[in-house]
Amino acid sequence: MGEYTLDYLEQLEAESIYIFREVAAQFEKPALLFSGGKDSITLVQLAKKAFAPGKIPFPLVHIDTGHNFPEALAYRDALAKEVGAELIVRKVEDTIKQKHLTEPKGKFASRNWLQIHTLLDTIEEFKFDACIGGARRDEEKARAKERIFSVRDEFGQWEPKLQRPELWNIYNGRIHKGENVRVFPISNWTELDVWNYIKKEEIPLPSIYFAHEREVLEHEGQLIAVSDYITIDETDVISTKRVRYRTVGDMTCTAAVESSATTLDEVVNEIMATRISERGETRIDDKVTEAAMEDRKKGGYF
Amino acid sequence: MDILRFITAGSVDDGKSTLIGRLLYDSKSILVDQLEALEKQSKNKNADGIDLALLTDGLRAEREQGITIDVAYRYFSTPKRKFIIADAPGHVQYTRNMITGASNSSLIIILIDARAGVIEQTRRHSIIASLLKMPHVVVAINKMDLVDFSEERFNEIKADYEKVAAQLKLENVTYVPISALLGDNIVDHSETMSWYTGPSLLEFLEAVEVASDINHTDPRFQVQYVIRPQTAELHDYRGYAGQIISGVYKVGDKIKVLPAGIDTSITKIEVGGKEVNEAFAPQAAVLHIADDIDISRGDTFARADNLPKVGNEIEVVLCWLDNKPLIQGNKYFLQHKGRLLKTIVREVAYKLDVNTLERIPAEDGVKLNEVVHATIKTAAPLVYDDFATLSDYGNAILVDETSNSTVAAVLLN
Ligand SMILES: Nc1nc2c(ncn2[C@@H]2O[C@H](COP(=O)(O)OP(=O)(O)OP(=O)(O)O)[C@@H](O)[C@H]2O)c(=O)[nH]1
Ligand SMILES: [Mg+2]
Repeated sequence: MGEYTLDYLEQLEAESIYIFREVAAQFEKPALLFSGGKDSITLVQLAKKAFAPGKIPFPLVHIDTGHNFPEALAYRDALAKEVGAELIVRKVEDTIKQKHLTEPKGKFASRNWLQIHTLLDTIEEFKFDACIGGARRDEEKARAKERIFSVRDEFGQWEPKLQRPELWNIYNGRIHKGENVRVFPISNWTELDVWNYIKKEEIPLPSIYFAHEREVLEHEGQLIAVSDYITIDETDVISTKRVRYRTVGDMTCTAAVESSATTLDEVVNEIMATRISERGETRIDDKVTEAAMEDRKKGGYF
Repeated sequence: MDILRFITAGSVDDGKSTLIGRLLYDSKSILVDQLEALEKQSKNKNADGIDLALLTDGLRAEREQGITIDVAYRYFSTPKRKFIIADAPGHVQYTRNMITGASNSSLIIILIDARAGVIEQTRRHSIIASLLKMPHVVVAINKMDLVDFSEERFNEIKADYEKVAAQLKLENVTYVPISALLGDNIVDHSETMSWYTGPSLLEFLEAVEVASDINHTDPRFQVQYVIRPQTAELHDYRGYAGQIISGVYKVGDKIKVLPAGIDTSITKIEVGGKEVNEAFAPQAAVLHIADDIDISRGDTFARADNLPKVGNEIEVVLCWLDNKPLIQGNKYFLQHKGRLLKTIVREVAYKLDVNTLERIPAEDGVKLNEVVHATIKTAAPLVYDDFATLSDYGNAILVDETSNSTVAAVLLN
């Protein structure tokens, strides 16, 4: 190896920064969709580097399902302040009221599907032409198929059989009025890459990513946090366990894992040893059908 | 640890998806829940055992038809390397998706069904590999279990392919006999093919040298975005952000800004917000220059003693990727990294027969998946290199100005 070599994290970082700058250069009104999870936190860190010493030239947008972990919300507000970015929050609750949407019922009723309505309304309201998201191709089989610049029609729909060729690192962001592009700068990162990067860059994370005591109920082998958003039946067994989160989504559909890891090193070691994928271990919304993600993407989801 | 990006190619049903499934499975990169899901689906499909191809065939239509339609990306690492795999479709109709995957890979695995040997699609994908200057080619002769693991058959196919490789001037070709289905020579050495003494596929992928594929001699940088914070503290800050495409840039370097042709020098370099003395490919950097010149996105910084080409009539190879045919005389946008120029496709000299490599006349128009030699004229001078000598600055795309589609991969000459 010569002196001019980059290690794999530096290579991934360079690729992501390049993508961020393409977005800023090619679009009039981009936005960074921020969920409060580790992937979108990594995105913000990369965006900071891409435009340093200037500020991130687009707002952070949070589609708030109302079912968030309070720790994630506090982190979101602090981060937006720190990087000096505009924070736009739009609530699913409001869309439900305005549009008389029907909330799904059930024990762990999730607003995951309803989120699409709020997202599309927000895109329309601000005329966003590019939305940057933290999806990774290693997460799921449908995501593994998506381009880095993914063109969506005015209903936000993904057409998996008609994707634009994406050659070399040349990104064609030209769109017609009403269309928008979803951009995924960390497409080529794996879960472990993200954790290793967070460790290397010493990026602070919301406390729920580390082991803490929490009241959980056990459901089909998964641990769901006790909260006002889920229905608790008499037969449910509730116990206090030492857990951490591997991903941070809604309280209704993100499961915790038992853990004693309190530092990033310990978390990374646990992730390296695990034999279960991130989605498999922590998402209870993808298990419904084999093509759950493909269907959601076709419907305008991320 | 570094990264190796590779693609699997070959005809329909040669076993590309199965091979990737096998690589992931035998390197223990498939997690328990993914395996459970796989077992469940495989039963649904009435296949015996598990169908490893289902690991990458992620779309409903793909699972229903049992074929790959678009590229799927998969990831795994061993202690030696991180691997990014593009699983390409074998079907002729989806060749453009294969080109997408190939353009981002530095190694191609061409699968050949041992029963069928070298066929048209093997040639087509090899031509694409040769056109795109893929630095490393592995020919994996698959389904050896169906030809009694015969050394003779392996040598026969190898000899056939060597002729193709010679004709296409493919260098660095490695041959491995495998059974993706049974796992022979994928991760572990085959017990039944003891006559083969070379490395298993994974051993080869772990060892192949890719760091030297990056050009560190000819400095090329294109301005991607101008950073001008215009705040009180950073009032006069003006940095030119972009990726170092090739070569090395050092503080003090005398450079020429092209196409304007103005001389200046580099005063400061930043990478990731930190000041450094030099930056090299493929780092994302911010360069500062000594003079106040009008510079915008798409301008090239090159060293005065190592200049790229500048011109507006350019010979090109086009791989046509759109359902709409190429119309000679039509206007398109040429996108060269971040530079967008109006372009006319002037003259189509000839088509390349992807089976025989012969030049054939292009009178009946240029259709999807065809490869042609043509001349283009750009509305302003393009700053570029020959694809053959500096591929990273010799590639571009054509965009249809009415549909906005990416209609061609362009190799500049
Ligand atoms: N006997 C045998 N069968 C194999 C082998 N490798 C793959 N197959 C079978 O060949 C068929 C096609 O395999 P796939 O992996 O789907 O082929 P593919 O090349 O990905 O096909 P496309 O992506 O549609 O071009 C499947 O039924 C596999 O089980 C092998 O080594 N031996
Ligand atoms: Mg396949």
